[in-house]
Amino acid sequence: MNAGTTDPLRASPPTNAPNPSETRNGSASQEPEVFVQLLTPEGERKEHPDYVFDLDDEAIKGFYRDMALIRRVDAEAIALQRQGELGLWASLLGQEAAQIGSARATRPQDFIFPTYREHGVAWCRNIDPLGIISLFRGVDYGGWDPKQTNFHLYTIVIGAQTLHATGYAMGVQRDGLVGTGDPERDTAVIGYFGDGASAQGDVNEAFIWAAVFNAPIVFFLQNNQWAISAPIEKQSRIPLYRRASGFGFPGIRVDGNDVLACYAVTKAALQQAREGGGPTLIEAVTYRMGAHTTTDDPTRYRLQDELEHWKLKDPLARVKAYLVRNGLADDAFFDQVEAEADQLAEHLREGTRALPEPDFAHVFDLVYAEQTQELREQQRAYLDYRASFADAETREPTEVAR
Amino acid sequence: MTQLTLAKGLNAGLRRAMEANPKVIVMGEDVGKLGGVFRVTDGLQKDFGEDRVIDTPLAESGIVGTAIGLALRGYRPVCEIQFDGFVYPAYDQIVNQVAKLHLRSQGRLRLPVVIRIPFGGGIGAVEHHSESPEPYFVHTAGLKVVACANPADAYWMIQQSIASDDPIIFLEPKRRYYERAEVDTDLPEPSYPLHASRVVQDGSDVVLLCYGPMVKTCLDAAQAAEEEGKSLAVVDLRTLSPLDLDPVFDLVRKIGRVVTVHEAPLTAGLGAELAARITEECFYSLEAPVHRVAGYDIPYPVARVEDEYLPDLDRVLDAVDRVLAY
Repeated sequence: MNAGTTDPLRASPPTNAPNPSETRNGSASQEPEVFVQLLTPEGERKEHPDYVFDLDDEAIKGFYRDMALIRRVDAEAIALQRQGELGLWASLLGQEAAQIGSARATRPQDFIFPTYREHGVAWCRNIDPLGIISLFRGVDYGGWDPKQTNFHLYTIVIGAQTLHATGYAMGVQRDGLVGTGDPERDTAVIGYFGDGASAQGDVNEAFIWAAVFNAPIVFFLQNNQWAISAPIEKQSRIPLYRRASGFGFPGIRVDGNDVLACYAVTKAALQQAREGGGPTLIEAVTYRMGAHTTTDDPTRYRLQDELEHWKLKDPLARVKAYLVRNGLADDAFFDQVEAEADQLAEHLREGTRALPEPDFAHVFDLVYAEQTQELREQQRAYLDYRASFADAETREPTEVAR
Repeated sequence: MTQLTLAKGLNAGLRRAMEANPKVIVMGEDVGKLGGVFRVTDGLQKDFGEDRVIDTPLAESGIVGTAIGLALRGYRPVCEIQFDGFVYPAYDQIVNQVAKLHLRSQGRLRLPVVIRIPFGGGIGAVEHHSESPEPYFVHTAGLKVVACANPADAYWMIQQSIASDDPIIFLEPKRRYYERAEVDTDLPEPSYPLHASRVVQDGSDVVLLCYGPMVKTCLDAAQAAEEEGKSLAVVDLRTLSPLDLDPVFDLVRKIGRVVTVHEAPLTAGLGAELAARITEECFYSLEAPVHRVAGYDIPYPVARVEDEYLPDLDRVLDAVDRVLAY
């Protein structure tokens, strides 16, 4: 369509938009006009009437370390993919604050449902990044025990996990672990998803269920502005956090590149859920600095300018600026983090190459809790077939189809 | 004649269909500016505009559900499902709505919807990116299911599918997307019907029945067998629903031995249906039971061991040996 003509097929701006600054060309704004921010991109602390960051400066240094280390994991994994060691990698670059801040707000008893990009959240659950790397190498489906870590396996089908998270939260509720008044027992669930997933039926159904059952859940939406090539303007006409009100629970927008704000907002929402206050939607406004995955080429659909713009809002840089400006961390601290990152990188490089190859024959053992006779026969046929290469002479016809 | 990859063949076919009929629209995730994750729709949005090449929200049920509405309004939507494993959120719309509307409306409503699905494995992908969901759709009355195996068929079959007044599940062998062959794009119309199987290679010892990504595997197997002095016929089924088996029956009556090959798991796969029909039609001509080479009855495995799961030349030849042993 020519610019300036009225195209009846194009969406017109909503006439009842309460805040015109929230819309750009009638779509959900990429620019966060109103959100909770406790640390500016320049590294200055800010106060918010409802959300207080209640940890000390040591904790902030810890957040910095978390973010720096997981960023290094990410860079290392991309390098390993480029070297052919991994089939794929989904980068979290730019989303460190959203992930570390929210995950550090959980308690050990809280259960987490990630997408396939929550490497920073996994980090906070003490999961060796090799367990994620093994998934992307094609060795397994994730090398951690969801029961031990209270961190579910990565879900690749977009949005599906939000329903699982809701159901899990309903289970927590039925177990009587909501509103007991005992902070060691009260439990919440946090489900991660993205701006793209917000279009899925599953996500909208999860919202309805969570609201109807007042489930103890926090929906943590990382709006990284891009669903592969679809910008947020093509996905929603209103800021995503506002969708929550239609479902009947609060929605909060937070600066997703501000680790302090992500921590404070998530902590409050989780606490509300644990106390029986029901679900909250948190929209963390962040940016996917890298490609969707290593197979994607974002230069085909987005401008370099946009990336440069977001670099100014980098989640790590602002924490570093804060720590340095206030004399809270010296070079020795940053050198130490760097040294740890180097060590971690080496662990990943060596560990990746040392990951044992899976045994295909073992897959047949894992399909059912109780293996079927049919499958046992297929397994035997497979093993016979495989053995036939070692000893071709002994091969015999069998009735079992292969 | 021009050299095209299978992906480019689809692209050229889509382009020609869109040029021929302004009601043809393409819709799906990332099909516009990006040109689809496999670049099958590359350049189409630039040339046909955003109203005809629609970047949809990330919601497969939405893609197919709205395609139904567009079709009811007179359009001919071509939906792209990004990967086979992502078709399942749309499964309800496909099975309960797309497949049944013609009957439910007593023939008053037609749904010329094409649902393109890149299918099959062999590309080292993560979960849900290597599935073979075709048996679900073949089993669903009201759908027609086709699978292309080479660039020329890609080019023509997509156009024929778009022209079909019945809904078509259009399966694309993703690991063959970048394989090249000659395509005669100057022909005014296709020289071969959509719902017809094709004897790719005649033979005298065993018939191989296959479709999609396995056609090349079977042709390779036939070549290897020839070096051992065995003559294998290869049939590219092309249409999985309806099946076109008369050419197959003719071959079976002549040869008497059959091996079916597909990536989808063994049980209740296409091979089972083929074996049953061949047994019914050609019982007295059979020299051996029909043997099936297929994926195992397990979820598609992780990439590092997918080669163990996928039927390959060796497994096809192993089955050939077994049917010849009777």
